[in-house]
Amino acid sequence: MEALLTRAGVWFVLAIAAVSAVALAQDQGYAVHMAIVAMAALIGLGVTASSADVGAILRGAIHTPVDPSRYDDDPVRWGVLATVFWGIVGFLAGVFIALQLAIPALNLEPWLNFGRVRPLHTSAVIFAFGGNALIASSFYVVQRTCRARLAFPQLARFVFWGYQLFIVLAATGYLLGVTQSKEYAEPEWYVDWWLTAVWVAYLIVFVGTIVKRAEPHIYVANWFYLAFILTVAMLHIVNNLDMPVSLFGSKSYPLFAGVQGALVQWWYGHNAVGFFLTAGFLAMMYYFVPKQAERPIYSYRLSIIHFWALIFLYIWAGPHHLHYTALPDWAQTLGMVFSIMLWMPSWGGMINGLMTLNGAWDKVRTDPIIRMFVISLAFYGMSTFEGPMLSIKAVNSLSHYTDWTIGHVHSGALGWNGMITFAVIYFLVPRLWQRDRLYSLRMVNWHFWLATVGIVFYAASMWVAGITQGLMWREYGADGYLVNSFVETVSALHLMYLLRAFGGGLYLAGGVIMVINVWATIAGRRRIEAPLSDAAYDPQADRPITAVPAE
Amino acid sequence: MANKRIDEATGTETVGHEWDGIEELDTPMPRWWLWTFYATIFWALVYVILYPAWPLIEKGTEGVLGWTSRGELAQDLALEGERKAPILAALAHVPIERLPADSVRMRAAIAGGRAAFKVNCVQCHGDGAAGFKGYPNLNDDDWLWGGDLKAIEQTLLHGIRQPGDDATHASLMPAFGRDGIFTPQQIDQVAGHVLSFTGKARSTAEGAQLYADNCAACHGPAGEGNRLFGAPKLADAIWLYGGSRAEVEQQISAPRHGVMPSWQGRLDPVTIKMLAAYVHSLGGGEDFVDNAAEAEAPDAQP
Repeated sequence: MEALLTRAGVWFVLAIAAVSAVALAQDQGYAVHMAIVAMAALIGLGVTASSADVGAILRGAIHTPVDPSRYDDDPVRWGVLATVFWGIVGFLAGVFIALQLAIPALNLEPWLNFGRVRPLHTSAVIFAFGGNALIASSFYVVQRTCRARLAFPQLARFVFWGYQLFIVLAATGYLLGVTQSKEYAEPEWYVDWWLTAVWVAYLIVFVGTIVKRAEPHIYVANWFYLAFILTVAMLHIVNNLDMPVSLFGSKSYPLFAGVQGALVQWWYGHNAVGFFLTAGFLAMMYYFVPKQAERPIYSYRLSIIHFWALIFLYIWAGPHHLHYTALPDWAQTLGMVFSIMLWMPSWGGMINGLMTLNGAWDKVRTDPIIRMFVISLAFYGMSTFEGPMLSIKAVNSLSHYTDWTIGHVHSGALGWNGMITFAVIYFLVPRLWQRDRLYSLRMVNWHFWLATVGIVFYAASMWVAGITQGLMWREYGADGYLVNSFVETVSALHLMYLLRAFGGGLYLAGGVIMVINVWATIAGRRRIEAPLSDAAYDPQADRPITAVPAE
Repeated sequence: MANKRIDEATGTETVGHEWDGIEELDTPMPRWWLWTFYATIFWALVYVILYPAWPLIEKGTEGVLGWTSRGELAQDLALEGERKAPILAALAHVPIERLPADSVRMRAAIAGGRAAFKVNCVQCHGDGAAGFKGYPNLNDDDWLWGGDLKAIEQTLLHGIRQPGDDATHASLMPAFGRDGIFTPQQIDQVAGHVLSFTGKARSTAEGAQLYADNCAACHGPAGEGNRLFGAPKLADAIWLYGGSRAEVEQQISAPRHGVMPSWQGRLDPVTIKMLAAYVHSLGGGEDFVDNAAEAEAPDAQP
């Protein structure tokens, strides 16, 4: 009873504080944000009040009893739904801004212009879609591979809902024009502080679960998850060291300025790719690929070496984003050589994923989920080759600032992160909602092909566009003068921009098919169709070890 | 390590651990992978010796090749500069009136002018110099301030309506409506007369009289325009601010006046000369009428 009252009291104080902040706000964006926080606190208060089980309180029990013989999967289920939802939001925003680039009249001032929707797109796909996939899958994987329920279940729920509040504050902030103008780190100081709190809670839940594990060893997927959580915490804090102008205003100024600021920003930005989109998703790969293929991991030794090589080398590669800038030459050199050395460590993950299919390659023909894992690893391998190549200064002098970079990012994001996330969702949904199979495996196959063809359109059009741009910018005539004006290089890309938007549209269509499939599976429906193969699942074996402590 | 077994499909031994049904094989690292990894490390070691790489207390190491990105840029610029120096020096000495006679230099001037145009002029006059509403098309022969090389150069040097430049083109048309010179009915009548030059409206006696008293001094009795004042020709189909009746009335009532920067001081004289040659070459360039005779000799300057 007391605990319940305390919790309601905390929500109430939080709501009052947020409302006061609205009253004292010095700008509109901050006021809107504090109103959202107040609303979230009131929802929290309402949920706390309505969860008061009077009978249970009278018996002296606070929490409804949990079944310790099952894994704690509620946050995972919410996370899967959030992943699907934010994925569609992010893809839609992406298609919209792709069309804005091809058809400038679609820039709807002021809230829906390219400058505001673009960070909405990148944050929605990386942090909302990718982040929810990582949090949900890590909570699922860490429980299974530790054979233990989540440590601090209340904190795990705070992580999920706190992260959603972060996403809502970030997304609304972009549209309102609240930004600190750092790519992939646009949210302002108070949103950063909130995310820091959520992230520390995430670390505590994850490490706590590993500590109480019933397995003697820590599985490789958990090394990658832990590297991801720890490093993202460090990157986020250092890149967001700034001083708010006022505690009641959204504006802040960063600690680092000029080229130091740029270097810190790209140290952050590149390792957001390295630890969020690579290490975290490799963790997903290390659990779900062997589960779906029902095969052992190809090489334990390779996993050790490529893990340590990857996390040691990645952290130095950021300066390759600042080739031929005010950054000193020595830093550019180091960024470039570390990127080259990163090639094989990155490919170690691809090899370990693909070669795990040794003895099960026939499943690529019959199991569309395995096919998604395989194509995601293929795109991972391709973009981790392309990345080191683009970091070479001679190549970079052509590719930098062109759409080639955009194409590179998307072959990684759509191909690797997107495809593996879809496969994981299709793996998880029947297991989390206790369905014996997906609504339709044939629709998974449709999703696979729409997304794959979409990526091919996207990547190919951006290669052509990027190389065209790079060559036009540097084209000199016989008299030694530049041949093209900037606007000529823009109008030359119009067709490629349309093709890119078309590719994005196909990818979005695949996402819509996934929504239907996930929805129908949860609703318990089964499409009558010719069967395809899927991995076996025994719900009885899917339990934590509770009675006997670890040897 | 108790649960090691030989995996049937691959014939490889497992490591002996198992997590939620997942085992790991004890496959050695692929040799090609390992050797490629070593090769990239070796390459990196060589590269950091050759190029600037290691941060020290005062500055980074410089690398045995002595390469710097700024040095490379300076070298490229110097090379290009040397290549262009002779033709630029020659252009500096040729008076613009004599340029057409020297086809090699004229061609070089047009090439340089095209490049400068793409950096400095496309923002207003457009990619193909076709202009926009309020920004003249430079491809036609309808010149506001003159279309021979000398006149174009003059316009470029001093701009249009630029405060602080005594030689700038400056003229103002009275705001006949806004300042109450004409009644709305009179504006309508004058607009009718103006449009009658191109047969788009019927003139009236009142309109013709008002035009003759108030407009003809600059725009000419038959709307032929006057380059001395930058007064546009009204008897053609080219309209800087639109040729509908409403737009013409708007311009009579409260005229807009275009401005252009004076490029003297922003660009060097040779570049301005080259820009003039380029604009002249676009299609509407006019020959010299009497300026050529006054031109100084080509070798008058040192």
